[in-house]
Amino acid sequence: MKQKFDIITSTCIPLPLENVDTDQIIPARFLKATTKEGFGENLFRDWRYDKQGNKIESFVLNDPTYSGQILVAGKNFGSGSSREHAAWAIAGFGFRVVVSSFFADIHKNNELNNFVLPVVVSEAFLAELFDSIFKDPKTVVEVNLPQQTITNKATGKNETFEINAYKKHCLMNGLDDIDFLLENKDKIVAWEKKHEA
Amino acid sequence: MNTLFDKIWDAHVVQNVQDGPTQLYIDRLYCHEVTSPQAFAGLKDRDIKCFRPEKIFCMPDHNTPTHDQDKPIEDPISKVQVDTLERNAKDFGLKHFGMMDTKNGIIHVVGPERGLTLPGMTIVCGDSHTSTHGALGAVAFGIGTSEVEMVMASQCILQSRPKSMHIVVKGKLGEGVTAKDLALYMMSKMTTSGATGYFVEYAGEAVSALSMEGRLTLCNLSIEMGARGGMVAPDEVTFEYIKGREYAPKGDEWEKALAYWKTLKSGNDAVFDKEVIFDAADIEPMITYGTNPGMGMGITAHIPTLESINEAAQASFKKSLDYMGFQPGEALLGKKIDYVFLGACTNGRIEDFRKFASMVKGHKKADHVVAWLVPGSWMVDAQIRKEGIDKVLEEAGFAIRQPGCSACLAMNDDKVPAGKYAVSTSNRNFEGRQGPGSRTLLASPLVAAAAAITGVVTDPRELL
Repeated sequence: MKQKFDIITSTCIPLPLENVDTDQIIPARFLKATTKEGFGENLFRDWRYDKQGNKIESFVLNDPTYSGQILVAGKNFGSGSSREHAAWAIAGFGFRVVVSSFFADIHKNNELNNFVLPVVVSEAFLAELFDSIFKDPKTVVEVNLPQQTITNKATGKNETFEINAYKKHCLMNGLDDIDFLLENKDKIVAWEKKHEA
Repeated sequence: MNTLFDKIWDAHVVQNVQDGPTQLYIDRLYCHEVTSPQAFAGLKDRDIKCFRPEKIFCMPDHNTPTHDQDKPIEDPISKVQVDTLERNAKDFGLKHFGMMDTKNGIIHVVGPERGLTLPGMTIVCGDSHTSTHGALGAVAFGIGTSEVEMVMASQCILQSRPKSMHIVVKGKLGEGVTAKDLALYMMSKMTTSGATGYFVEYAGEAVSALSMEGRLTLCNLSIEMGARGGMVAPDEVTFEYIKGREYAPKGDEWEKALAYWKTLKSGNDAVFDKEVIFDAADIEPMITYGTNPGMGMGITAHIPTLESINEAAQASFKKSLDYMGFQPGEALLGKKIDYVFLGACTNGRIEDFRKFASMVKGHKKADHVVAWLVPGSWMVDAQIRKEGIDKVLEEAGFAIRQPGCSACLAMNDDKVPAGKYAVSTSNRNFEGRQGPGSRTLLASPLVAAAAAITGVVTDPRELL
């Protein structure tokens, strides 16, 4: 999962719903696995398939009009349960970027820890992007992590997005937080000594 | 600055990473079976041990059946997950309270009741309802599995410092209005993202007046407003609750701890990033009508009309009501319901069972209602029996099941069938949360009890 991140240029899959919770991203009955593999198949399971397991053709992931490595979603994406399985499902399906005007805290961290980049844009940028994608499903978006910019190639609109320098370094170099923490054991032991006293 | 949150957070900072997050020391890691296996696997891949195994406590709760727990779990996949936790705990030398152990139960019920959760601690778990533990004056928050692995490996987590929010609830809650109603009311006002990015401290007369169980319910639901966590400053109610519990400090250690805990409050000069004030008198028993916990209203109110919803949110609102089978503008009082669920880390404690029993005493369960009453732990179960609450419930036609998360997220067999309505004391009414196609109405134990005996959505104040 440690895929180095640089610049992603891709078409998008639009999901213009607000408050998409992690129970929708991956329902609880699919959380019983003990590995990180295979969750992509069940991404948005109950919106993608009916009770008999048939594809719901109208759902955007089943619509061949749309494809790409960028998921564009409404405000407050990833609310609810802390299940990292949601991030594994998004990554497993093949998304590298999720664009929204607002993310829930825990899910945002989970995406970052799986080398999926959550990009927060303004409501206006998001609304225009949905508009562009619905007008032309081949609309391309460029997400440039080194520059911290996102560009809607259909309109030329671009915005900068925030990410802390530490996490940016991790994503660009394929490093994770555990690598960092293990290198800092001496500081942890020093903290413990100080607080035992 | 100088808030209760600042005091605890600052005391646990190992370092502030330059242009990055804080490396925070964690006093307690709780692990359940769903969000831990990949973290343990990660440690095995790296060939490392848990850095501080004595600070980690494990127990299965999500998959556990609520009957015949003395027998092997029938669902083979659930069984593997529960067995995997037990094996990992053994391999890594961690305390494990397995099924049928008298210490087992929902992790967020067990932590406080065993004295494992204490004021001033930093506490994490791969579970968003870890916010529950904030009720004792701890900084407690839910994390993902990668972060669980971080804590196992280093007893630390890398985390950005959240902003602080002070929510003050003035006045007294009315009769029949509980901590659950207070929380559902706040969510309905703040929305499910209103506190995202913040750590909340709850205060004010209505909060101070809550029992420990009530505060646990309130803090439990902080995440449903998007908050990183919620907390209540420890006071006599807290100290009285903790004293004598199994893992709580004893003797001189108790006195020393108590002296420290008494310093754990926001200073008079504390500055919060955001202040919110509510009036307890405005709150009536609450119920939700939609598919996120912010879609709640007073039980006598009407569902909002489509015109009252802002345009960007209308598609989600319509999808939600279609799923629930409700019309904009209609009332819920008198609506027939099919299932009642009392339990979960939100309302599976002794006080919740006392409330439910007080309402159904002398009545009978409505014939068509299926009721699942699931204690949050074996300790709650024992107390129910000690107080004779089981007899009251049995006489009214209710049976008590065995502890676990149960129908809150339906990872075991307790699934509400598609299209059926459940009045549930749990925390989430998301689509399919209680089983594919299930329709959840979140409410307090009193509202659940009233619905269980009348078979329809009922204002519990009419039965008091």
